[in-house]
Amino acid sequence: MEWINVIVQGVLIGGLYALFAAGLSLIFGVMRLVNIAHGDFIVGAAYLAMVTITMTGLHPLLSLVIVVPLMAAIGYAIQLGLLNRVLGDDILPPLIVTFGLSIILQNVLLTTFSADSQKLNAGALEIGSIPVLPGVDIGYMPLLTFVAAVAIIAGLQFLFYRTSMGRAFRATSDDGEIAQIMGLDNRKVFAWAMALSMAVVAVAGVFLAIRANFDPFMGPSRLIFGFEAVIIGGLGNLWGTLIGGIILGVAQGIGAQIDPGWQLLAGHIAFLVILAVKPRGLFPRID
Amino acid sequence: MSESILEVQNLEVFYGNAQAIHGISLTIEQGELLSLIGSNGAGKSTLFKSICGMVRPRSGTINFKGQTTAGLSPARITEMGIAMVPEGRRLFRSLSVEENLILGGYVRRPGPWTLQKVYDVFPILKERKDYPATSLSGGQQQMVAIGRALMSNPELLLLDELSLGLAPVVIKDIYELLPKILGEGMATILVEQDVTRAMQVSDHFVCMLEGRISLSGQSDAFSHDEISAAYFGT
Repeated sequence: MEWINVIVQGVLIGGLYALFAAGLSLIFGVMRLVNIAHGDFIVGAAYLAMVTITMTGLHPLLSLVIVVPLMAAIGYAIQLGLLNRVLGDDILPPLIVTFGLSIILQNVLLTTFSADSQKLNAGALEIGSIPVLPGVDIGYMPLLTFVAAVAIIAGLQFLFYRTSMGRAFRATSDDGEIAQIMGLDNRKVFAWAMALSMAVVAVAGVFLAIRANFDPFMGPSRLIFGFEAVIIGGLGNLWGTLIGGIILGVAQGIGAQIDPGWQLLAGHIAFLVILAVKPRGLFPRID
Repeated sequence: MSESILEVQNLEVFYGNAQAIHGISLTIEQGELLSLIGSNGAGKSTLFKSICGMVRPRSGTINFKGQTTAGLSPARITEMGIAMVPEGRRLFRSLSVEENLILGGYVRRPGPWTLQKVYDVFPILKERKDYPATSLSGGQQQMVAIGRALMSNPELLLLDELSLGLAPVVIKDIYELLPKILGEGMATILVEQDVTRAMQVSDHFVCMLEGRISLSGQSDAFSHDEISAAYFGT
């Protein structure tokens, strides 16, 4: 029963990792941009939620109504004003720019909010749980996180394959030059993709901040989880990213069960093993 | 006397320090089919890319319907009414046949071409509409590329290497459909490796050699030897 519990909890935390990863995967899929600052944006969104809650007194989950559009707008502006200028045949400049963004964000958060760790309080939601089996309880928040991850990935999947915006994303990703002579403006397409990615980042940030303490420097480690989930699942496959997150979560849970010190290590080992056996991930879409 | 729809004057295009086009001038009139011939590397595709705005010329002017296209984005030029069937088709591989066609109509220019009309001309595409575009045969893919360009209801259509990599029987089919495609009074510039065929279907021709025009005129006014000399520069 203990092991069933470990796996169930691992699957649920996998939802959070999938949330970290979905935005990353989306950006890479559309514009081949590796956003090193992704984790820091997640933390930034958590602080933005904190400020919003302090100012309005909203429940953390309701603060999403403000944080999601705000992060999307920030993403749109950063893409148009900064990242579009460095995107090109060479993948190095955008990598360096997002690395710089990461450092700037961490330090802006540090000077604004200090190094004290913070947490968002979701009240009764945090302690409630559903008993499913003796010894296996599913907490409301982990369940809600997982449901949100599935819903967001389903939503992105629908948007990518069933809407004209998704058609524009895929066409630009396939052949940006030809997409332009069809009348698409690549810069705007990229800006919308970044806005969407940041909307997902906002959700990830709020769920992260309810689940655990956060401080200005925890972005990079979330980025690693995101990367690992994307790579395990296979580049360009959103459902694969969810499965990647779940594998990571379960591996960490099993590691922690054997020895609490092995939690992170077990996740990284699972990632390395999959990378060694299937270098393109389990369900690759992008060639 | 019909009006010229496209005027290119003294166009010079560079890739870095390498000059691809050395002062080219040409005009094409409404409803006319102009053949552009020349060996590989003569600058034909570069000329097309300049007209579409994908490549910025260093000097010279391109006027479309009396307006300059200098400094305009490729998207804006498409909105003005220029469409291209690129060399090698370059279909969107993660889009279905129908999605490729719909994207071609992204600029929503009004005109005779609709999804239905494209399917009328190429019935096979309707049967295959939900297939990934690149899973089709070469000839069918070329039909998608042509349909995609037509969907923007262009006034000037650029056809780059229509028959590249296609079986002769397929090439014949596509050329038989050409009058049906061009029947709407579109001006067309055709790049074609098969010089004899290019001459047969066109009103005028331009022969390019190493970035310059080596011969131009009415398609039936020159002998095979004269064209051959202009083509190879002998």
